[in-house]
Amino acid sequence: MSLIVAKNLSKTYATDSVEVKALQEVSFEIEAGAFLAFIGPSGSGKTTLLNLVGCLDKPTGGELQVAEMNVANLGRRQAAEFRGQNIGFIFQSFNLIPVLTAYENVEYPLVMVQELRPAERRDRVLKLLKAVGMLEQKNQMPEQLSGGQKQRVAIARALVTQPKLVLADEPTANLDHDTAYMILRLMKQMRDNFGITFVFSTHDTRIIGEAEIIYSLDDGRLLQRDERGKANVQSSENRSAKHTAV
Amino acid sequence: MFNLVKIAARNIRRYKRRSLLTVSLIAFGVVFVLVFVAVTASIKDFMIAQITDSYLGALQIHRGGYVASIESLPLNMNLPPAAVSQIEKTLAGIKEIEAYSERIKFGALFSNFTETTNIRINGVYPEKECAALPQMLSRISEGEKCVRALEKGKILVPKLLAQGFGAKVGDTVVVVATNKDGSVNGKTVLVSGILESATGPGGRDGYINFDDAREILRMSGNEVSEIVVRVKSLPQVEEVAQSIRVGLGLGEKKQKGGGIEVHTWSQLSPFANIASMIDLMTFFIKLMLIAIVLISILNVMIMAVYERVREIGTIAAIGTLPHKILSLFLVEGFCLGVTGAVVGVVFGLGIILALYISKITFNFGQATGLILAPTIAPIEVVTASLMVIIVSVLASLQPAFKASRMEPIDALRHV
Repeated sequence: MSLIVAKNLSKTYATDSVEVKALQEVSFEIEAGAFLAFIGPSGSGKTTLLNLVGCLDKPTGGELQVAEMNVANLGRRQAAEFRGQNIGFIFQSFNLIPVLTAYENVEYPLVMVQELRPAERRDRVLKLLKAVGMLEQKNQMPEQLSGGQKQRVAIARALVTQPKLVLADEPTANLDHDTAYMILRLMKQMRDNFGITFVFSTHDTRIIGEAEIIYSLDDGRLLQRDERGKANVQSSENRSAKHTAV
Repeated sequence: MFNLVKIAARNIRRYKRRSLLTVSLIAFGVVFVLVFVAVTASIKDFMIAQITDSYLGALQIHRGGYVASIESLPLNMNLPPAAVSQIEKTLAGIKEIEAYSERIKFGALFSNFTETTNIRINGVYPEKECAALPQMLSRISEGEKCVRALEKGKILVPKLLAQGFGAKVGDTVVVVATNKDGSVNGKTVLVSGILESATGPGGRDGYINFDDAREILRMSGNEVSEIVVRVKSLPQVEEVAQSIRVGLGLGEKKQKGGGIEVHTWSQLSPFANIASMIDLMTFFIKLMLIAIVLISILNVMIMAVYERVREIGTIAAIGTLPHKILSLFLVEGFCLGVTGAVVGVVFGLGIILALYISKITFNFGQATGLILAPTIAPIEVVTASLMVIIVSVLASLQPAFKASRMEPIDALRHV
């Protein structure tokens, strides 16, 4: 079953004098449990596409369905609620809240977005910090963590709300090769463990190979779909069915 | 809520220098307001107490039109016996009244057998006068400081007159007056004390016994010029005055016409204008505090929002609803306000206590060596603190609203 369905999705940024077509009638479907990358050069529309799928922006044309919800025209509050319940985000610059510890950063969406009871929150946060290998650093502030550690915490934060989909925009751009590779492996492991769909964008050729499905974008158009990891995706789906979500 | 406060507190700590400066500024404002209010209020209260407890009373009752003609002390405008009786009956029925004292006031000649001058005489019942004006006897600078100083045949001479006239305690003097029928009469009395000038219109006022006054004026009935009333709680003086008016059946017309007039101390003393000016100054000082808090909090919160745009974008992206982002920043402003208020109150009360203990002296008119004993009512502390906190939240409103309205996609792009 498709988690994301885009039909003729377009996004045009218009200023007073210039009109920029960031996405031009892009259509695709992404299955639940996929580990998928959008690749392309800078300005190809990767971030725009992720922003649309993540309900951070609205398309100027076409249809977009995420988790069986038409998200193309969600209002501000509806979009925020939808994101809080269904989507996790991993950012290029980690974007941890600097005044909160690693534990509190992961806990934050449960406090501010999902308003879970303290005991349940603690249980979930510790489980995820353990899963990303950051349990020992749980009381450290972001400034005390390395880039890779920060991204691990960010992954835990993205997963803690038990989203259907995690979007990661250039998650390894600020990391060295080894750490980038490790983070990709961790993301894939999380997908395997929790059955959550991971969609990320990258132009880092070193890690593209980790994706199971690759969509190439250029100049706002979808060029091709590479299903080098199709078999892996299917096996992941099977695996995910066996796992209980966090 | 606890989490909001925790996050806000940490954000405040994040910008230590800026937060410290803001809190210091607010605290300084609070300290300034509290100390100013305490000092001015204590001076004001002291002066009002001086006026009401030593000369004027909390309120006075006269025959209609008497106050307007008080400079000539008209005997034909005294309250007649029937009115006095009615007033006394009314006063007895009002439980907020602590004491009252009848006075006969008249202008007289004061002679030491070689020189003569003018004097304003107040004929009073010693016990009743001292009950209505507890600080009356403390004004006696020379002579006996007790009700015996106002026994029959004695006179308390005002200091200014005694100095100019060379009158001393123990001297025999003559008081001569014309009664309302035009008949002149005099009485020899003994100077029992020298009376310090009271704050207000008391510079040439001497005191004799009520019966002596009646004798000099050849009065037969129980008529009086004024009745001075002491109330149990001075702030309630207006309510008591109104109760008396109601008790006497005085409407607006009678109040202005020829019936009976009830005046509070503030209507009789020019110091009431100074007291009003002090209140006005306090009000403007409080306005300054509001301005300080408003500007400093607004500044710090605008900076906070500007510097944390990406952070706001992040929390909005992960699904934090706009009203919660608004709350985050409002709580931050609230915490800054509370911290500033608490620090200010602690230091302010400390300074007030230090001033109270150090017993600084000051002069007021003829009175010298008065001790400054600033105290502050809890309501003033609460008002100043609440004002700071409310203004802090209000000042945070605009930046917080701006933060809550940010589009996450724009905020995340912010460099």
